[in-house]
Amino acid sequence: MNREYKEEIVQYLQENFPNAVLASEDAFDVPNIEIQAQTVREILQFLKKDSKYAINFLTLIGAVHYPDNAGRELAVVYHLHSWTKNIRIRIKAFLPIDYPNISSVMDIYPCADWMERETYDFYGVIFDGHKNLRRILNEDSMDYFPLRKEYHLEDATREDKDDRYFGRFKNSES
Amino acid sequence: MGEINDKVINGEGYQLTTLDKAVALARSNSIWPLPFATSCCGIEFMATMGSNYDLSRFGMERMSFSPRQADLLIVAGTISKKLGPILKQVYEQMAEPRWVLSVGACASSGGIFDTYSVLQGIDRIIPVDVYVPGCPPRPEQIIDGIINIQKLVRHESMRRRYEPKYQELMEKYDIKLNDEQGV
Amino acid sequence: MTDISGDSKTVKASMEELSKDLKYKEYITVDSIDGDIATINFGPTHPATHGIFQNILKVNGEKILSSEQTVGYIHRAFEKLAERRPYNQITPITDRLNYCSSPINNIGWHMTVEKLIGADVPKRVDYMRVIIMELARIADHLICNSVVGVDTGALTGFTYMFQEREKIYELYEEVCGARLTTNIGRIGGFERDFSSAFHSKLKTFLKEFPKIFGQFDSLLSRNRIFMDRTRGVGPIGAERAMDYGFTGPNLRAAGVDYDVRVISPYSSYEDFDFIIPVGVNGDTYDRFMVRQEEIRQSLRIIEQAYSNMPEGSYKADVPDFYLPPKSEVYNNMEALIYHFKIVMGETKIPTGEVYHCVEGGNGELGYYLISDGGRAPYRLQFRRPCFIYYQAYPEMITGQGISDAVLTLSSLNVIAGELDA
Repeated sequence: MNREYKEEIVQYLQENFPNAVLASEDAFDVPNIEIQAQTVREILQFLKKDSKYAINFLTLIGAVHYPDNAGRELAVVYHLHSWTKNIRIRIKAFLPIDYPNISSVMDIYPCADWMERETYDFYGVIFDGHKNLRRILNEDSMDYFPLRKEYHLEDATREDKDDRYFGRFKNSES
Repeated sequence: MGEINDKVINGEGYQLTTLDKAVALARSNSIWPLPFATSCCGIEFMATMGSNYDLSRFGMERMSFSPRQADLLIVAGTISKKLGPILKQVYEQMAEPRWVLSVGACASSGGIFDTYSVLQGIDRIIPVDVYVPGCPPRPEQIIDGIINIQKLVRHESMRRRYEPKYQELMEKYDIKLNDEQGV
Repeated sequence: MTDISGDSKTVKASMEELSKDLKYKEYITVDSIDGDIATINFGPTHPATHGIFQNILKVNGEKILSSEQTVGYIHRAFEKLAERRPYNQITPITDRLNYCSSPINNIGWHMTVEKLIGADVPKRVDYMRVIIMELARIADHLICNSVVGVDTGALTGFTYMFQEREKIYELYEEVCGARLTTNIGRIGGFERDFSSAFHSKLKTFLKEFPKIFGQFDSLLSRNRIFMDRTRGVGPIGAERAMDYGFTGPNLRAAGVDYDVRVISPYSSYEDFDFIIPVGVNGDTYDRFMVRQEEIRQSLRIIEQAYSNMPEGSYKADVPDFYLPPKSEVYNNMEALIYHFKIVMGETKIPTGEVYHCVEGGNGELGYYLISDGGRAPYRLQFRRPCFIYYQAYPEMITGQGISDAVLTLSSLNVIAGELDA
C-alpha cells in the first residue's frame, strides 16, 4: 500500500470537486472519502479517466445500514483501486432511507451491474439508470430488504427454536 | 405371504426364493444415483466417487444425471428456498421406486445456516429415507448412508407404491403418484 | 441438453404451511423453438454446470446467440449471519465460501481481524500460513483443471488428481482435523505447531506430487485433442476482463499480471521468489495453463517456506482472541476467565473499518469489516471474486457452441458457494 498518496488523493479530489467531497478520514491504510451522493458518477468517471492516479478498478460496491443515523441511514460504499500506483480508496455516499436513490455506475464499470443489483437486493438502494435492477440472490417475490438491521436473520419456520422448548414460557397460553 | 417370504429353499444346483426378494437384491446392488450436489458436500461427494473411496464398489458405477433414469436422489448441500421448487420438480420427475439420501447438515436441517434464505431441511418438501450428518460428512459417512439405503431397498416390497402407507406419505407431500411412471 | 429440468410441468404451492413462507412461484418451461432460434434451459440442475447456475440460452443450431443468467440458488446469507456472530465464530462461515480452498478464506479472515486489533504476528506463523494457503491453492486449481479435463472427455486426470487432493486433505487433517471445511488456525496463529506427522507427510507430498502432476500435465497440456478443444474457447481480452472486475488466474490468463500476493503482500509473501504466470488470449486453454503453472509456483513457495521456516511461536500474543491452552483453563483462574470471554464473544475490540484482501483460489478475496466495538461485526462484506467475474460469462460464450459454454464455465472455476454468498 502506498501511504504517501493518501493525503494527496483527498486533496486532489477536493481541488477538482470542491463541493462534492464532504469529509475524509483515514481508516487502516485506506482513506474513507465521503462525497455528495449526486456526484458519485462524475467522481468515478473522473478517477477512471484521470491519468495522475489511474484509479480505474472497481473492487467492490456495498452498503451499510445505520438505522439511528436520521436522514443518512444508508451508506453506499465504493472500493476503488489503482493497480499501477497501488492506491486504494473508499468512497462513501450517505442516503436517506425514504429516498435511497443514487446514480448507477454500470456504464463506467460493467462489473457494477451485479454488485448494484446485490446492494438493491440486500438494502433496497435504488440505482438510477441501471438497466436491469432486479433482485439477484433472493427470490423476486421477496418483499423486504433482508440485510437492513430491523429484519431478523433466522428462518421463521423453525419450530425447534421456540422458547417453550427451553423452559422459557413466553407464549404460556399453549 | 409373510411366511413364504422368509423362506429360501436350497437344492442341488438351484435356490428358490420369492420374486420380491430376488428383485430387491438386484435393485439394491444396481442403484443409479442422481447427485443433486449444490455446495461443499458436493465436493465431498466427488471425493466419494473418486478413486480413493470408489463408490462403484457398491454397484453405483453409473451416475444418472437425468432424473428419469435415477433411483436414488442424493441431495448434497444447502437447498435454498429459491431452489426448493426445483428440487421438488426433480423428485417428481423420478420414476418409482425412488429413494432419497440427504447428505450433510444443510440438506437435513439447514445446518449452521438458520437464515431467511435457506430451506430448513429438505424433508419439508420431499420425503427422505436416510439422513447423513456432518458438515460436510466424510466420504465414509456418505458410503455408510448409501449402505443404509441399500438395506432399505433390500427389505422393501417390490410394489411399494401401492401400499396405503406410502400413498399417504406422498399425499402429505402433495406429490402425485403416476401409474404410468416406470415399474 | 434440455431434458433434465425442462419438463413442461408446473410446480405449485404444496404443503399448506410451506406455501406461506416459501412463496412457490410457477415454474414455466422456457424451452421453445421459434424459426431457427431455439431457447433452451441450461441448468440449474444440469450436470454440466458444476453447481447450481441457470442459463437460458438462445441458440441457432449449436451456436449461442445470447444467454441470460440466474444466480442465487444457494444464497445462504453469509453477510447477515456474520453480523450475529462473535469474531471467532465467523471462521466456519468463511470455510463455506469457496469450499475448494477454504484455508485461504479462514486465514484471510484471521488476518483481517488481526489488522483491526493490531496484532503482531510472529514470522513463523506467516510461513506456516503460507504453506497452508499454497496447499489450498493447489487443491483448488487441481479441482478446476481436472474438471476441465472431464469436460473435454478425459476422466483419467480427474481420478488421478483426486487421489492427490486426498493427500492435501490428509495434510489439513494433521493441522486441524478436518478435510474440506477446515476452520484452520485461530485469530493470531494456529491452534498448535505442525506435528511431526505433518512434516513427514509434507515431505512425501513435495517429493511425490510433482511426478504425478507432471504426468497429468503431459496428459493434457500438449495433447492435440485437448488443445484443439480448448484454444479459442470462451476468450476475453485484458481490457474487458478488467472492466468486468476479473482477478486471479482468469485475469492473468488474459495477460494482466495482477496478483494480490505481489501488489500488496500479506503474510510475508515478499520473502518468496515466485513468478506470476500470464496468458495471452484469455481463453480456456490459457486459463488451464495459468493454473497449471500456478500449481508449480505454489510448490516452489511451499518448498521455500518449509526450508526457511523461522523458529518462534506458532501464535501471536493476543489473549483476547486466542484461546488459552486447556491445561491452564482447568487450573488457572485468569485463563478460565479469558476462555469464557472468548467463547462468549465478550472481548473488547477496537472500532474501525478494515479492508483486507488475499489472493484466493479465484482472485482477490476481500473482507470489508466494520466494527462498532460490539461482540459481532457491525457489517462484514466479502468481495467474492466469482460473483463479480461470472457476469462476463454471457459475453464470453456468445458465438460459441453449447459444449464450449460448459467448458468455459468449468475453466472459470465458478464456485456456487462463493458466488451466491
